[in-house]
Amino acid sequence: MSDAAFHTADNTLEVRHLRTRFFTREGELPAVEDVSLTLARGRVLGLVGESGSGKSVTGFSIMGLIDAPGRVVGGEILFKGKNLVGLPEAEMRHLRGSRIAMVFQDPMSTLNPVQRVDAQMIEAVRAHRDVSRSAAREQASEALAAMGIASPDERLRAYPHQLSGGMRQRVAIAIAMLHKPDLIIADEPTTALDVTIQAQILSEVQALVRTQGTSLIWITHDLSVVAGLADDIAVMYAGRIVEQGTVDAVLDHPQHPYTAGLIDSLPSLNTRGKRLTQIAGITPDLRSLPPGCAFAARCTRATAVCSTPPALGPSPAAKASEHGTHLVRCFHPGRQTDVCTETTA
Amino acid sequence: MSGWLIRRIAQAAFVVLLMTLIVFIGLHAIGNPIDILIGQDVDQVDRARIIAQLGLDQPLWKQYLAFLAGAMHGDLGNSFVYNEPAIRLILQRLPATFELAVSALLLALVIGIPLGLFAGLHPRNPLSKMLMTGSIVGFSLPTFWVGLMLIMLFSVKLGWLPASGRGATATLFGVQWSWLTLDGLRHLILPALNLSLFKVSLVLRLTSAGVREVMPMEHVRFARAKGLSPTRVVLVHILRNTLIPLVTVIGLEFGSTIAFAVVTETVFSWPGAGKLILDSVNALDRPVILSYLIVVVCMFVSLNLFVDILYKFLDPRVRLEGAR
Amino acid sequence: MSTTPLVPETPVPAAPKRRQSPWRQLVADFGRSPAALAALIVAILLVLAAIFAPYITPQNPYDLLQLDVLDARLPPGSMNGTGTHAYWLGTDGQGRDLYSAMLYGLRLSLSVGLGSAVIAGVVGIVFGLIAAYAGGKVDSLIMRLVDLLLAFPSILVAMMLLAFLGKSVTNVVLTLVLIEWAYYARTARAQALVEARREYVEAARSLAIPNWRIVLVHILPNCLPPLIVVGTLQVARAITLEATLSFLGLGVPITEPSLGLLIANGYQTMLSGEYWTSVYPGLALLAMLVSINMVGDRLRELLNPRFVK
Repeated sequence: MSDAAFHTADNTLEVRHLRTRFFTREGELPAVEDVSLTLARGRVLGLVGESGSGKSVTGFSIMGLIDAPGRVVGGEILFKGKNLVGLPEAEMRHLRGSRIAMVFQDPMSTLNPVQRVDAQMIEAVRAHRDVSRSAAREQASEALAAMGIASPDERLRAYPHQLSGGMRQRVAIAIAMLHKPDLIIADEPTTALDVTIQAQILSEVQALVRTQGTSLIWITHDLSVVAGLADDIAVMYAGRIVEQGTVDAVLDHPQHPYTAGLIDSLPSLNTRGKRLTQIAGITPDLRSLPPGCAFAARCTRATAVCSTPPALGPSPAAKASEHGTHLVRCFHPGRQTDVCTETTA
Repeated sequence: MSGWLIRRIAQAAFVVLLMTLIVFIGLHAIGNPIDILIGQDVDQVDRARIIAQLGLDQPLWKQYLAFLAGAMHGDLGNSFVYNEPAIRLILQRLPATFELAVSALLLALVIGIPLGLFAGLHPRNPLSKMLMTGSIVGFSLPTFWVGLMLIMLFSVKLGWLPASGRGATATLFGVQWSWLTLDGLRHLILPALNLSLFKVSLVLRLTSAGVREVMPMEHVRFARAKGLSPTRVVLVHILRNTLIPLVTVIGLEFGSTIAFAVVTETVFSWPGAGKLILDSVNALDRPVILSYLIVVVCMFVSLNLFVDILYKFLDPRVRLEGAR
Repeated sequence: MSTTPLVPETPVPAAPKRRQSPWRQLVADFGRSPAALAALIVAILLVLAAIFAPYITPQNPYDLLQLDVLDARLPPGSMNGTGTHAYWLGTDGQGRDLYSAMLYGLRLSLSVGLGSAVIAGVVGIVFGLIAAYAGGKVDSLIMRLVDLLLAFPSILVAMMLLAFLGKSVTNVVLTLVLIEWAYYARTARAQALVEARREYVEAARSLAIPNWRIVLVHILPNCLPPLIVVGTLQVARAITLEATLSFLGLGVPITEPSLGLLIANGYQTMLSGEYWTSVYPGLALLAMLVSINMVGDRLRELLNPRFVK
């Protein structure tokens, strides 16, 4: 159910019941199943989950970069009101890089190792704008400067392997920002970097987003990153969204046992000296998911009803006055009280 | 960088020297070329005279030193058969072999790279599968048999192209080349095609494998995410990354192409160095064999060196590391 | 606060399919490509034809007494002088029944190719393993030799060697072995180096198992997959090289023609339209080589360590 409170035309992105599958020789993988997201102008959505949860596939589906043997099999992706599913490739290409941009995880493999930085940035500019090479170079230089890179012209003349990891990622983000897109999808962009660089980049991105009004989807497995950066959060597990809402609502009052488990497993000052809690069990194999709730096997609250699929619905604890609704996919939501005061069994 | 270069050149020179020594000794072990050249009915006096003339009565190490001394002056002895300086014989025929080998390699690249690119980009396409199977057939076919079949088809049955020999030549930089004339080209096509067949298959497979390796890489995906046109993605981000290792392989293959030209030259009666060496081996014409080997070894070694340098130049990662 | 954790009624995700032994897996995977299967069948048929050649041919073309030179250069389908049998594929310049000559030639080509590949394989693997396990100067020396040998085009080396040794079947085999062992040595060494670093070797060493035993019983079997690929492709190379050398007149002697020599013999008459002497032996050679190479290629796809991971 998409949020009725919003007008469709105001939202930069509205994903409705997206389904993406991979058709492999060993079976069908429902990588993304019934995912619905809404993103207004200038909002930041944190898409959280472990590897295999479908968060990256969601991002690629929006970009239209799902290759065989995968395919978007159902749902709609409304970008400023226009459905991207089934859009002819030529039109999609117009949008990619100019109105919707993506930043990938490992900048060393993202940038072409045998091409200079300026060449890679110039081609990104000229793919969408008919300008001369020198004009494109100017723009590239400005974009780098905007990312806080000193002596951008020197960096432009370099090859990717001559730059540090953080620098490369800044270049990748600069490329994403070149045409001032309406939406940026960042797929774990700081995972490969060390913590201090991570913090720097996060703050730079935050500033840019605020000033440009760009909507941002930040895909990560790290809750702590999302906590500082995002306005809204969606938690994914085994291809489905299990909880979504504003960051405050979800992190302060997690309804789904998985979300609670994620929060609990973060080390913090409260847990100093104590054993970190883990979520028992392992991520399920997408090819052989149980018919009911995918998390049931690892869940302490599971009962007989959990062998039927739970629907995503408003959480009983949601306050009606809150901006947006707090949704959860669980038969036993919110049994736990606030995380800060109690630990799970 | 220059230290590395000097060391490589020294290595190369050593290999050449070693080669000449091995061959010199080996050739001596075959037997007396005199018997083959002169026959048995020459009387003792003439025999002794000829032996002394050719310097074959000296102990082996003296012969070798004499050879080396001559080599320094560019004199590698006279052919036993033609009684001309061996090196001159070889150098005269070398351009013919060269143009054959170069044409074959060019054909291989022009045909193999686009086909390999297609097969790599669309691996499940039935045409690609046919191409890959075809490439196996391509390098299984013995060159000499294909040559015969080509002659049979294009010369005997269809009569479009000449069956043997080299066509009219024109001079460029003081050397006779046949590709400069139309008649020369007509004579060049079949042998070049024949020699290139094996290489086409090789290039096709290498390109296809390289493309398949590069395609799933992150930077290709990123290029698409930037909204680049598919042509640009393929050419700049896939093909260019594939070509760098390919170029080095091709470079090394050039040497083997020159050697393998023997077969094609035999089938098409192409007057190149390959045919010369075959005849010389049969006649045990030692100076010619030696000269040929020296030329080939020098060529190989410099080719290796050149390819190494080229690779350093093309791959920026290697280039810049080396400079440090 | 806890609820009774109930055992969910849904079963635990099924355990992965039982894996067959690697060899059976290999056979099964191989069979998935119809082209490779067809190639394998063709190859086997040709080998059988070669083995049973004396029984399925009307004539032994190597026995000069059986040849009638008056029957030379007859087109396919002609009858022989006494009218006792037909020359299905015609005769060559010496009056040999081409069909018989083809099969006997195939036999010779195959035995030379297989023989040299096997001998070279043994020699090469031994050297490769020694180099890998001994390391240091020994390794360096062997590998320098291998590199030198591999750097030069095989045809040149073969020409020189045969010039030294003279024409005979044994010499051809010897030459081929001298050229081919290097490929095996390099692959065996590379694979052995990878294996030697594995933990089971360290474990074996710490149990004081003698070196030779470790190499033979532990390392060698694990090196086999890429060596099988090399071996298959080498057989094809050997056959091709022998055919080429014979064609150039440097290989087998005239009285025992292999396919290459038969083709060479037909070269002269081909231009006057007597195509059969070259075409049919060529087709036999082609069929053999293509099928072996296809099998080898399929094996390489399946056994390539990069993919196996």
